[in-house]
Amino acid sequence: MSARDAMLGRIRASLADRPPVPGVPRGYRTSSPPDVDPVALFSERVRDYRATVHRRAPADVGATIATALATRGARRVGIPPGFDRALIARAAVEVVVDEPPLARAELDALDGVVTACAVAIAETGTIVIDAGPDQGRRALSLLPDYHLCVVGADQIVGTVAEALARLDPRRPLTWISGPSATSDIELQRVEGVHGPRTFDVVIVEALSPALPDPPAPQEAVP
Amino acid sequence: MRVALFVTCFNDLLFPEVGRAVVTLLRRLGHEVDFPAGQTCCGQLHFNAGYRDQALSLVRRFTRVFAGFDAVVTPSASCAAMVRTHHALLVREAGDGALEAAVGEVAPRVRELSELLVDDLGLTDVGARFPHPVAFHPTCHSIRLLGIGDRPRRLLEAVDGLTLVDLPGADECCGFGGTFAVKNAGTSVAMGTDKVAAVRASGAAVLTSADTSCLMHLGGLLSRAHAPVRVMHLAEILASR
Amino acid sequence: MATLREPVPTFAGTPPFPKAAAAALADRQLRENLRRATTTIRDKRARAVAERDDWEALRLAGAAIKDEVLARLPELLVKLEERVTAAGGAVHWARDAAEANAIVAGIVKDTGATEVVKVKSMATQEIGLNEALAREGIAAWETDLAELIVQLGQDLPSHFLVPAIHRNRSEIRDIFRRRMAAAGRPAPDGLTDEPRALAEAARLHLREKFLRARVAISGANFAIAETGTVIVVESEGNGRMCLTLPETLITVMGIEKLLPRWQDLEVFLQLLPRSSTAERMNPYTSMWTGVTSDDGPQAFHLVLLDNGRSDTLSDPTGRQALRCIKCSACLNVCPVYERTGGAAYGSPYAGPIGAILVPQLRGIARHPVDEQTASLPYASSLCGACFEVCPVRIDIPEVLVHLRGQVVRQRGWRQRTLSQEALLMRSLGLALGEPRRLAAAERLAGLAAGTVARDGWIGRLPLPGLLGAWFRGRDLRAPARMSFRRWWARQRRGTT
Repeated sequence: MSARDAMLGRIRASLADRPPVPGVPRGYRTSSPPDVDPVALFSERVRDYRATVHRRAPADVGATIATALATRGARRVGIPPGFDRALIARAAVEVVVDEPPLARAELDALDGVVTACAVAIAETGTIVIDAGPDQGRRALSLLPDYHLCVVGADQIVGTVAEALARLDPRRPLTWISGPSATSDIELQRVEGVHGPRTFDVVIVEALSPALPDPPAPQEAVP
Repeated sequence: MRVALFVTCFNDLLFPEVGRAVVTLLRRLGHEVDFPAGQTCCGQLHFNAGYRDQALSLVRRFTRVFAGFDAVVTPSASCAAMVRTHHALLVREAGDGALEAAVGEVAPRVRELSELLVDDLGLTDVGARFPHPVAFHPTCHSIRLLGIGDRPRRLLEAVDGLTLVDLPGADECCGFGGTFAVKNAGTSVAMGTDKVAAVRASGAAVLTSADTSCLMHLGGLLSRAHAPVRVMHLAEILASR
Repeated sequence: MATLREPVPTFAGTPPFPKAAAAALADRQLRENLRRATTTIRDKRARAVAERDDWEALRLAGAAIKDEVLARLPELLVKLEERVTAAGGAVHWARDAAEANAIVAGIVKDTGATEVVKVKSMATQEIGLNEALAREGIAAWETDLAELIVQLGQDLPSHFLVPAIHRNRSEIRDIFRRRMAAAGRPAPDGLTDEPRALAEAARLHLREKFLRARVAISGANFAIAETGTVIVVESEGNGRMCLTLPETLITVMGIEKLLPRWQDLEVFLQLLPRSSTAERMNPYTSMWTGVTSDDGPQAFHLVLLDNGRSDTLSDPTGRQALRCIKCSACLNVCPVYERTGGAAYGSPYAGPIGAILVPQLRGIARHPVDEQTASLPYASSLCGACFEVCPVRIDIPEVLVHLRGQVVRQRGWRQRTLSQEALLMRSLGLALGEPRRLAAAERLAGLAAGTVARDGWIGRLPLPGLLGAWFRGRDLRAPARMSFRRWWARQRRGTT
């Protein structure tokens, strides 16, 4: 008998008492309360992870990206093949397109990476990238030490449930909530281990004019 | 209302003054209690230690002895929890339909003392006087199994002259745990030692709770350390004047 | 290539819990480290959970979904296999640890690799995969910071989430200074015990391993039957490295890790982060379905592990342990775990959930178990704090008591009459079985106590076994001269 058949047989035998299949009571919230502004909540929650958030009108996004890259001291910056180059044109950096795919060592040598995202979640301060053309393959947003992610205001949903409904499980997905972190030493959170240690988010406001930046997080990311 | 007292085997032998305090208190409040002489034990010790057969025969006796009363009051939150949450489980396992029905009648009528006072008699001030600083240990089975919440605390707060001191980490286990106290004596004592340190630092002269089992463990640690803190059951404080 | 050549410690030979706990209780540094860490995370978890006013609804949904998984397990496993295979992955079935280890070693050898990078995985610890690979000449590098600390420190993991919870920062610095060089890139000169500096040292040490890795091994937090998607939840980015960079990815997954539907993640991605690291969301979650061309590993193997799970499933009361999502909230609130640490449990599954899961995985439902295994259901004061925080509502105290019943039953009448505990239980049972016998026993006890008690308490008594154990650190309440029932009878006679 194959291991497969043996295991399935044992499992069936163990369920000889025919436990009932319960209905799933889904009494939890799947959308945000109506008075919640998802963009404002998203900004606040991302900042809680000690990432920097900028909210900008479309016309100001290029300048904000340029300033952010300059602030981080980035000189060679990777972008996915489908990323809107105009957004990074004003930055005083060498732009490296991941096409043909860069070798691991080349990715590792980049100062940073700028990508778009697939969806963002307000309640948890999460962005999700799905390897779409403007987000690139997974390694691109992983090996460089700095990640700047451009998020459209219309991409921000309230809850995890709403995000799942928008995502395609057949694509490789990476959910990112702030910079990489560990709690392995005395259960105290330290930002920055293997993934990008610095994480900036630029939110592109849909219609409203430029808004002032939210106050800087208490402890600025170095 | 016909009220029976289930004193518990533990109090019967080790803390008879707790049973006497319940009788005194309820009489003062105008209620007579009966003490069915056939009572012994709720079966908790055997049940928790894995001796289910013996526990089952104790459940049988309990159900027979306390049948027909409107309420059964007990000065033990963990015994009340045993009866209310586990008697039904045990008899269901045994597949004894008649007993299951009897347990279904008797078990829900079992009331821990503070439940009887607060819920059934509608009292928080029972006219007690106890002019001492007191620390209250809520006990795991009181809060997590039985869910009596802040009833003992409300009763204590209404006692004339009593100062309820703050006990940090109050809802953490004291380490008694029935046979755990002897099968894992080292860990049990380590947990109790931390609890006793908190009690001593609280400035309390008396440590109280709704269960004498925890109090025996903590009292034993306090006694060994010659600490100037006494243990008293909630009923004893409420019966004082 | 550098390897760790010293023998790696294992849990084999761990004594029964009380004895293993005694060693931990005597270690003041360990207790201080544990106390600090568990109290920190406890408060954080309480805040993270309090933020969701629908927490109880999420728990109820989580428990129901997991019960559905268990009830439909054969069908869902077959569906998962179908979907993973259709998406370009290969599915393997492993009845036990040896079979799983052989499958993994075979896959690694076929690639020609002699080393693998690993994402923290309870399942691979359970089956002793690293040791099995070492026997085949394959070096397995742990890449989670805490796992790295444990591996470099020649240590045993003591917590699901934070396997090095028993180490404080200066111990970790010393381990890095002493041992990193033998395993690859040495610790930077002048390494301090600042957590940030220690994390940086781990980053540098592991980066060269990630960049050259050809094979990675992971566990799985969840796998979706209807889509074939596998999910790994992590914090540091070592998971992303392992799941993305190598050519071959092998995932070892317990069969209970399934979820029926994609939608079910809306429950578990809320329950898990708040319960484990006490965050709204963990930094990184990776999800993949089979293989994706031009992105990530081009070969994906999923190993479905039984290793006692189907035995566990056979017990209607005990099977709820298989709902566990390994969040570790029960460890963090457990007063026993806080004082003994994880090593005392003799398995990677420590704490309250370990005490109910391990005896079942070792077959307690089907046959008598060894002394160490039989001691685990007793490693609890039944305080119930674990059930209160469990995100999938596993009634751990209920299962503990249930398993104690199995231990007692399996010992049989012969063995039971010989042990002191059984004798005590039998004689107590006899006395309690009949009020007149009880009254007589009470009188005897009261009289005897009168000779040794002082102020109502009995001091040290040189008694053997369990009775003597009470007097370790504690006095005993003296049985009363007059029991309550005697007092009652007297006052009744007096008033009538």
